[in-house]
Amino acid sequence: MALVESPLPHADLSAFIKPNSDGDGLLELLVTGAHCAGCMAKVEGEIRRLKGVSAARLNLSTGKLAVSMTRDGDPALVLDALDRIGYPATLFDPVAAEDAQDREGRAITMALAVAAFGAGNAMMFSVPIWAGLFGQELGPATRTLMQWSSAVIGAPCAVFAGMVFFKSAWRSLRAGQANMDVPISIGVLLTLAVSFQETLLHGRDTYFDAAVTLLFLLLIGRWLDHSLRRKARGAAADLLALQAATAIVLDGQGHERRVPLREVAPGDLLLVRPGERIPVDARVDSGTADLDNGLLTGETAAVPVRIGEICRAGALNLNGMLRLVALARSEDSTLAEIARLVEAGSQSKSSYVRLADKAAAIYVPVVHSAAALTFGLGWGFGLSPREALLRAATVLIITCPCALGLAAPAVQVAAASRLFRRGILVKSGAALERMAEVSYVFLDKTGVLTEGRPRLLDADPLEIARAAPLARASAHPLAKSLARGAGPGPIAEHIKETPGQGLEGTINGRIYRMGRADYVGGAGYTSGETELWFTEVGGVPVCFKFADSVRSDAAATVQGLRRRGCEVEILSGDLEGPTALVAKSVGIAHWRSQLTPQDKALAVAATTAKGARVLMVGDGLNDVAALSKAHAAMAPGTALDASQNAADLIFSGDKLGAVLEAMDVARAARHRALENFAFAALYNLIAGPAAMLGMINPFIAALAMSGSSLVVTLNALRLLRGDRK
Amino acid sequence: MNIFILLAPFSLGLALVALGAFWWTLGHDQYEDPQGDAARILIKDDRDCPL
Repeated sequence: MALVESPLPHADLSAFIKPNSDGDGLLELLVTGAHCAGCMAKVEGEIRRLKGVSAARLNLSTGKLAVSMTRDGDPALVLDALDRIGYPATLFDPVAAEDAQDREGRAITMALAVAAFGAGNAMMFSVPIWAGLFGQELGPATRTLMQWSSAVIGAPCAVFAGMVFFKSAWRSLRAGQANMDVPISIGVLLTLAVSFQETLLHGRDTYFDAAVTLLFLLLIGRWLDHSLRRKARGAAADLLALQAATAIVLDGQGHERRVPLREVAPGDLLLVRPGERIPVDARVDSGTADLDNGLLTGETAAVPVRIGEICRAGALNLNGMLRLVALARSEDSTLAEIARLVEAGSQSKSSYVRLADKAAAIYVPVVHSAAALTFGLGWGFGLSPREALLRAATVLIITCPCALGLAAPAVQVAAASRLFRRGILVKSGAALERMAEVSYVFLDKTGVLTEGRPRLLDADPLEIARAAPLARASAHPLAKSLARGAGPGPIAEHIKETPGQGLEGTINGRIYRMGRADYVGGAGYTSGETELWFTEVGGVPVCFKFADSVRSDAAATVQGLRRRGCEVEILSGDLEGPTALVAKSVGIAHWRSQLTPQDKALAVAATTAKGARVLMVGDGLNDVAALSKAHAAMAPGTALDASQNAADLIFSGDKLGAVLEAMDVARAARHRALENFAFAALYNLIAGPAAMLGMINPFIAALAMSGSSLVVTLNALRLLRGDRK
Repeated sequence: MNIFILLAPFSLGLALVALGAFWWTLGHDQYEDPQGDAARILIKDDRDCPL
């Protein structure tokens, strides 16, 4: 197994240890394959036994293994040990994995708990008051006692739980705008003040329990929204941390040192083995290799590089051992221009107004004028100022936006968790809303319509079987593909590899060669497809041809998109021939080839300018600008980290049908959200005037508020059943 | 009415204990690894067991 990369015993991985105050450090790894108590015991037991390890704890929910190491600990030993017991692990980039302390989440959870406590206990004192409303025996003194008890519990809880909204409202007011939290804050504070006044003056109606219940319901919505965003952010950060890989740097004495990508400086000597990606833009110092630029340009054919030539970050080294001189830092390498385009794109996206905010923009002025009207008219038509103020407060609290605050996040969480179960990661609620509006779909070719990896074209099964033992010994993608086709079997012996050329090995005592045409002695002719030559030394060479195969459900997906009223077009960076071929096989009439990243972004912008809502599906660095420019963006899980960053949704698995599924769920979610808004409008249309006329008492307020919230939540949960196909 | 003086603080006290317990769990990483905590109890680990 000469070509397979082996762990380096002398590689210095100490850059990955996060030092803590007492001189020791913490190493974080992502372990795959651990699912049960047995795995956990095995992993932790094995790692604790290692030299220099003081503690190890595996988080089964996230797969993260935290290892506390003393100064003489070696991360490479930990990696080796995990490999040995069958749980391969990846190092986390300490920066990318730095998960921000979820302070906001804890504050919301605590506010929610306090609101629940306050609502439950204030309600306890409300029940006797409600009984009094219906003619039960309740003296004024007892009622005042109950009201005070309710106030003592409810008011502090409302103030504590409401802080989330008060702070946000204050920030928004200082910025000269009024967001959703402004009416909520005004409603809650005014209700509390009026209720205190009523209690002091021995009035009948107080709304302490209603104020806390309202906050409780709104906080549920806030909490759902937050946990959706946190989950998506966490998953995305994990993907990034996995890919934010390392580079092997050679120091003065020729020792290999594995360093985080961001520590690579221009001028560093880098070593890139077959199967690894070029870490930064660099010049070849020694060695030759074929590079796969697929993710960068969409080109499928391999490009050979020689000494003195430039290779770009992100290209995959297919076969040769390369020594490179770094030309740029990692953050400059990932094409500064694309990064700028991404930034511009995400700015245009952040200006997107979410459905709930659109609804709020109508709702806020209407409700506030209604409350002001109630106060003004009530006073004018002979109510006492105290009675008029009470009615205005009732209007504010009864029409408070439960449906807006709770229904939209509930729908989005239900939709996101349904998609999550099918392997589709949704980055935010707004992403789903944008996805629902799509009317024009741009698809990248390589890695989206196609699988992005070579597949053996029809070849003689006998030849495949003959070549398989040698192919199994190689890590080259073409050879791997050949080996996959042949299935398991024997492996050739005495393997000798010539970097960038091919390999030689012994099968049953005879010497065979596999690799490029000139290495094997082939005719040296190229057909445009990717080739692998194979021969017994001195014999007649055989050629295996490979092509990137179209995803099995690509044609069906394209048809499905059309049925959903979307136009479909291919944007590819590849040559005209292969693009036309793929377009024909999946049934797309419109396609453009040989596009630069800027061309793709321009195409998206031009279509958007015509009034279409564009969905871009792409995986490569050349798609990043287009992804961030598009109204909605999707990327496969195999995409580069930059693409995943720019995309709204990420799908895993081999099926392109995920695009259809995401679109269906997004549209169903939009439907549910609109239904909920319609219901909320209807509710307010009845409850608002009733409150203005003074027909609402605290019992009806409590019933109406929790009832309407229950209805919108249940309606949102219908999404989980997946009824709308 | 006298029973009110007894029962109301009592039920409030109970709820406050529950709230305090929840507060404690939030501050002590009790929700970091629900799956792992469920599995950990199945691990036979004799080191810390008193005989």
